[in-house]
Amino acid sequence: MNALKQYIDLYDECRTLIEQQSPALLNTLREHAREKLETARLPRKGCEDYEATDLEAVFAHDYGVNINRLPFDADPGETFHCDVPNMSTCLYYSSNDAFHSSATAERNIGQVVVEPFSMAAVDHPELMNAHYGRLASLDNPTTALNSLLVQDGLLIYVPDGVAAERPIQLVNIFNAALDMMVQRRLLIVVGKNASVKILACDHTQSPDYNYLNNQVIEIVAMQGSTIDFYDMEESTPKTHRVSSIYVDQHEGSNVLIDGITLVNGFTRNNYHVEVNGEHAETQLLGMTIASGEQHVDSHTFISHNAPRCHSNEMFKYVLNDNAVGAFAGKILVKSNCPRVEAYQGNRNLCGSPTAKMYTKPQLEIYTDDVMCSHGSAVGQLDEDALFYMRTRGIGIDEARRLLMQAFVADVIDGVRLDALKDRLHYLVEKRFAGTLSNCAGCMQACRPNNK
Amino acid sequence: MLIIKDLQASIEDKQILKGVNLTVKPGEVHAIMGPNGSGKSTLSAVLTGNPAYTVTGGSVEFYGKDLLALSPEDRAHEGLFLSFQYPVEIPGVSMVNFMRTAMNEKRKYFGQEPLSAADFLKIMREKRSIVQLDNKLASRAVNEGFSGGEKKRNEIFQMAMLEPRLSILDETDSGLDIDALRIVASGVNTLKSKDNATIVITHYQRLLDYIKPDFVHVLYKGRIVMSAGPELALELEEKGYDWIKEQVDAQQ
Repeated sequence: MNALKQYIDLYDECRTLIEQQSPALLNTLREHAREKLETARLPRKGCEDYEATDLEAVFAHDYGVNINRLPFDADPGETFHCDVPNMSTCLYYSSNDAFHSSATAERNIGQVVVEPFSMAAVDHPELMNAHYGRLASLDNPTTALNSLLVQDGLLIYVPDGVAAERPIQLVNIFNAALDMMVQRRLLIVVGKNASVKILACDHTQSPDYNYLNNQVIEIVAMQGSTIDFYDMEESTPKTHRVSSIYVDQHEGSNVLIDGITLVNGFTRNNYHVEVNGEHAETQLLGMTIASGEQHVDSHTFISHNAPRCHSNEMFKYVLNDNAVGAFAGKILVKSNCPRVEAYQGNRNLCGSPTAKMYTKPQLEIYTDDVMCSHGSAVGQLDEDALFYMRTRGIGIDEARRLLMQAFVADVIDGVRLDALKDRLHYLVEKRFAGTLSNCAGCMQACRPNNK
Repeated sequence: MLIIKDLQASIEDKQILKGVNLTVKPGEVHAIMGPNGSGKSTLSAVLTGNPAYTVTGGSVEFYGKDLLALSPEDRAHEGLFLSFQYPVEIPGVSMVNFMRTAMNEKRKYFGQEPLSAADFLKIMREKRSIVQLDNKLASRAVNEGFSGGEKKRNEIFQMAMLEPRLSILDETDSGLDIDALRIVASGVNTLKSKDNATIVITHYQRLLDYIKPDFVHVLYKGRIVMSAGPELALELEEKGYDWIKEQVDAQQ
């Protein structure tokens, strides 16, 4: 069996239609992607770097694909309300994989450009040509599949020297009344000495359907730029996501990427960071809270290709019930890269006897005079601490919640966006208390007066 | 208030308590002394419900209730408090959050509304002064990075907050310098009333100079083998435990 075949067949059948409904630039990669997919196979459970995760099974399902680009609902901002404090963000929506026109109405905040590819191809052709598909490796079959079928995406561009005043928030919503697969695509280019904070939230409106988001995100951090990218998933047990983030860091750039999974079904997050300039800094953070049958797998690769760079990686998982977590992280320090500092940590808490964690930290170093470390641990809640709390009158369930919250607190504190940090502490508290509703997880400013 | 009858307990199949009898009335201070390994800390662990220990016989009545049938948290709500010999560090849980949760859980148990933030902080400020606990410590994670003295003061601070009816101080004097010992002891004495009682577990007479016991008991091989007034502590300080051990071993 080969799950990719159905998508190649779909492409062969509908190629003209796909191409007609897409900006021309996106069509330039398709043939190459098709060639790669011809011989590729999706990894099955047990393959290298997929110890716990079966992508073949996830893609084998028969999902609908919206090749005709039919619009789904009038305005996601109208139908997707939630009770959250105003985050003062510049807000954009995508409904399934289409960017809504009203959502992009306030494009170009100051000098910052936020546009769907369909517009960006016209407004910024040189930028799009230079960067679209440059980082995303077609050797990765899911990235190749995205490149084969993608029909639109979103460009976030911060020109040289511009500091984006307000955070940019992108709310992705699944809301189709059928099983559906989408190819979300983001291109983020931040110019020299420019800075921006971006928050992407994934939500699902209908819990009854199977969805698959096969997304690709390319991030270019030019010399001296600063980028925060928070990627939060708060979906449903039937939502699947395979996300591949590719980062290119130039000299002196500072990039923070924080992947947060509060509620999901199946998630595989790939992070591929190329540190290409001296004095670049990378913060790669991850926090997963999983219960029920949730599955969250993170794979990270940080390649230090220049001297005197600094990377710091910390992933924490709290797993309850039958949840499965996986982490595989690799740090590569190439030859002639002295004075690199790279740290990697993965800490996991299994709160039930049936929760499972797979972890694999790796270092590969080809230069002397570097400081690198990696560490990984899987443990249970501290019995002494639990008893201590109980003697003070804190019930066992409440004590467990407090300890689980405390476990992830330092990852939340790594968030460099105060409103989001506070919000996350609150959401995590609700998540552990079991009272996190689909809507409470959303950080939209859609009802700013509602506390 | 507390009636312990023939209490027996074990840990990992090792019998530690072999029939402890003790009655405590409101307003009293009891000191429990004894050589290492006699079961003093086990007694406090069993009374507070530490799941590591198994009760194999006997009964404990606390204000007419079967104490052993209650969960550790309900024992706390009913007014039992243990000052730990080794207070546990809980990184990531702030003292404020910890204490507020504890107090509100107790209020919930008695069907009361939770405390407002302002009321809670006011009480916290008042009680902190009893053991001269720095405000900075109160805003840190529970016991994390506290010195030995700070940890013990923090125990008495929690006792002040929770206003227990019976407090067990398990070697509260260990690891304390003279100044800290005085502060802790004066805190305990401040909290003393005719309605509450204290059980002091200690190795040394020193603490009893500050916290005056009404009764002194010697625990040896899992039983209380001798009970007397405060003069017994002085005698033990002078003569050690050997004479009691000989006496007991001869009887067996």
